[in-house]
Amino acid sequence: MELESVASHAIEVLRSLGVQHAEVSVGVGKELEISVREGEVELVKEAASSGLSVRVMVDDRVAVSSTTDLARDSVAAFLARAVDMAQISEPDPMAAPPDPSELAREIPLLALFDPRTDRVNADEGIALAKRAEAVAFAFDPRITSSDGASFSRSSSHGVLATTGGFLARKSGTYQSLAVQAIADDADGKKRNGSYWTGARFFEELEDPEAVGREAALRAIRALGSAKMDTGVYPIVFDKDAARAIVGLVAGCVLGDAIYRRRSYLAERVGTRIGSDRVTLVDDPLRDRGPGSRAFDGEGRPVTRRVVVQGGTLESFLLDSYSARKLGLVPTGSASGGGGIPHSSTSNFYLQAGDVAPESLIAGIEKGLFVQRMMGFGFDPVTGDFSRGAEGFLIENGQLTVPVGEITISRNLDEILKGIDAVASDLDFKTAISSPSFRVDAMTVGGA
Amino acid sequence: MASPLSGLPGSPIEPAEAPFVTGPSAIDDEILGQLLRKALERGGDFADLFFEYRRHAAISMEDGRVRSVGGGVDMGVGIRVVQGSAVGYAYAESLELNEMLAAAQTASRIAQSGGGVAPVAIRRLDLKNRYPVAAQVVDVAGADRVALLRRADAAARAEDPRVVRVDASLVAVHKEVLVCSSTGAVGYDIQPMVRIGVAVVASDGQRTESGQSGGGGRFGLDYFTHVSPEAHGKEAVRVALVNLDSRPAPAGTMPVVLAPGDSGILLHEAVGHGLEADFNRKRTSNYTDRIGQSVASPLVTVIDDPAIVGSRGSINVDDEGEIPIEHRLIENGILRAYLHDRISATHFKESSAGSGRRESFRDVPMPRMTNTLMLAGEDDPESIIRSVKRGVYAKKFSGGQVNISNGDFVFSLTEGYLIEDGKLTAPLKSANLIGNGPEALTTVSMVGHDFELSDGMWTCGKDGQSAPVGVGMPTVKLDRLTVGGTAV
Repeated sequence: MELESVASHAIEVLRSLGVQHAEVSVGVGKELEISVREGEVELVKEAASSGLSVRVMVDDRVAVSSTTDLARDSVAAFLARAVDMAQISEPDPMAAPPDPSELAREIPLLALFDPRTDRVNADEGIALAKRAEAVAFAFDPRITSSDGASFSRSSSHGVLATTGGFLARKSGTYQSLAVQAIADDADGKKRNGSYWTGARFFEELEDPEAVGREAALRAIRALGSAKMDTGVYPIVFDKDAARAIVGLVAGCVLGDAIYRRRSYLAERVGTRIGSDRVTLVDDPLRDRGPGSRAFDGEGRPVTRRVVVQGGTLESFLLDSYSARKLGLVPTGSASGGGGIPHSSTSNFYLQAGDVAPESLIAGIEKGLFVQRMMGFGFDPVTGDFSRGAEGFLIENGQLTVPVGEITISRNLDEILKGIDAVASDLDFKTAISSPSFRVDAMTVGGA
Repeated sequence: MASPLSGLPGSPIEPAEAPFVTGPSAIDDEILGQLLRKALERGGDFADLFFEYRRHAAISMEDGRVRSVGGGVDMGVGIRVVQGSAVGYAYAESLELNEMLAAAQTASRIAQSGGGVAPVAIRRLDLKNRYPVAAQVVDVAGADRVALLRRADAAARAEDPRVVRVDASLVAVHKEVLVCSSTGAVGYDIQPMVRIGVAVVASDGQRTESGQSGGGGRFGLDYFTHVSPEAHGKEAVRVALVNLDSRPAPAGTMPVVLAPGDSGILLHEAVGHGLEADFNRKRTSNYTDRIGQSVASPLVTVIDDPAIVGSRGSINVDDEGEIPIEHRLIENGILRAYLHDRISATHFKESSAGSGRRESFRDVPMPRMTNTLMLAGEDDPESIIRSVKRGVYAKKFSGGQVNISNGDFVFSLTEGYLIEDGKLTAPLKSANLIGNGPEALTTVSMVGHDFELSDGMWTCGKDGQSAPVGVGMPTVKLDRLTVGGTAV
């Protein structure tokens, strides 16, 4: 079934039903999920799915719905129900789609679909996962069990069509390989080390050997983990933990958060929100980028945007609705085509610095290296941040003993202003990414 | 807030609407048998079919105006073949026989033993209804559902002039599941759900803070006669205003008193996940091999109860077609049981599974909690607070997480108070609390007589699958827990 024709047909049906504005998204996808544990296959899951979702606007009233049934008759009946549903909504002219003149005309060609990934079969996935797990077990006799290794891949094709005349296709692949290794500690506790690799293109995956080795290393290095003393210390965030901090900032620069008054950055455009080391970029046009998109969820063109430049907040990321609410110009940052469009980041990252990650701990007399965080302790309205942490004590410029069952806290505004060094180890395995960085001080809650 | 879970009227009268149950596409015993035979044609210990029909209706209101109305139907069948602990899984998003057979064939590839296993005769399970609903919210006229949100919105705005923004949402679901395994047992259930949420932002010109309130469960419209939309609106405002006066929370290890109700999230994270038997089968949980041992203070008894009328976590049949029963997980501090799905029950030679749950037909089942509760003790809640010289009173939470292996858990405080000399004094800014499951529960020194079930708002995530759950507990004192504030 051709996605374009299903989408165009749906738009025609909606026009005939008297709908002024609509977006239709039609997609198909397939997935493979493998897990192995202690050398044995635990799960092989394979499936294909399809779906159509629609947002209709009738007399400025909005309704959204979705279906997995793409047969023509079913789609027509489904669309009629969606139009009926709009009657109980309330008129909201700001929910209108972009003017047709604002829609993307040229769609940039981005490398987001890897036919090699698309072809990975169950046997190949099993072999990769088994190899990664075997390396973890062989790494050290103290690795006593495993939560297993998993491989998954997904492929998708989707078409967005709008009553404004937009029609374009997007396709993508992604796969990941993960291992979780467990070591038994002296006090009866178990220590887990996990590591994963992920990419749109098969050739960009790290070797299964590297993944297994790193997972095992992390479990072994956590042996003997203890609390550290409560106090205020300099903190170095490993890039996996650093990414989570960048993700919190991402949530606070979105138009939806701003007009809903759910961001501590709402009134801060043009002001300093971080140290001069903090430059944050949203780039939808990266080849192979996990968060890349050639057009946004409303059909607008997209572009690379520096959101924070040297510590100064330059702009928010806006879809049509949030831009209208705020009296600003949309930035082509909508996702959710076929549903309620909402502002979102694409590939959002903290720009790399020029120092090696190892150098971040140099000169710290006593501090904390954070490898992993837990929990959801962040209030976007105030910026207050408090999460569980695991990592290593830094003493006299060296990582010494593993620490855990502690919290780290400070307001995000102060955290960003306290970033005094950014490393060069940025990678793009996730849509939100960050190099390792150092914060001058945070409160550690511990013993 | 009062518990809505008492005195429910009526018996189940929801009509079936899933096409696999009623109408021309209804699945009969012949088709069930055919699919199971296909699934097991290469062998396997057992197979199951999970048919699911889910119709939802959602309304979101922003600042007094309906932003969107949504709804839709999702339907399909998940087919699983199990050999030992290996699972083959596939699904079809339709009831077309050829598509279902193709999924059965994909799932069948996991098995290598060759010999086909003949499923036994199909028989229907007789289920008790733990959530009889007279009028499902999903079927209430759109304008009437909007009116519920408008009541919440108006009550919040009228409460205080410092309220600067109110958002509210209402989601209702009608779900039908039909599970048939190669044992021949067929479980069929209608699982209604409603959830209302109100979020408020308040500002006094100096500070801006937020507050939320939500609730619901496997109820119909009657939920709102137990807990009104106005009550949720006012509660969200109350929390926001409390937070306008909040001061930085302390940092460090100190006594923590958990308020009744929502604090049950501590049990869910600190012990519940670690007792899910898949982690113990894989020996990745820190509760592995500890059945019969002391893992908590003798004051602590924890149960998982799937049968609380109307509760968000309740189920009449689990997603593997087993009838769930109450599990005593920890009794007077002694670890008694894990939560099992079929695979782990077979592994541990346990007779009862019943804790197998999945997010949808697209997902494999695994051991999950339903309603996880700590039973009441004998202490007076006031005297529990009075017993603390300096500590934290934890009342509301936004969520939690656990590291299964080392047992460390966190939960995020959204309303808390400093306890000084036995009295609640200043409200505290949001902070994380962190502890270690087995260690934290051994420091439980007082348990109140005031058990409360949390109003239905919790969703549990595991391996990327979410499931509605319930929690509840009385006032509890932990002698030592680490508070993640900024004040040293």
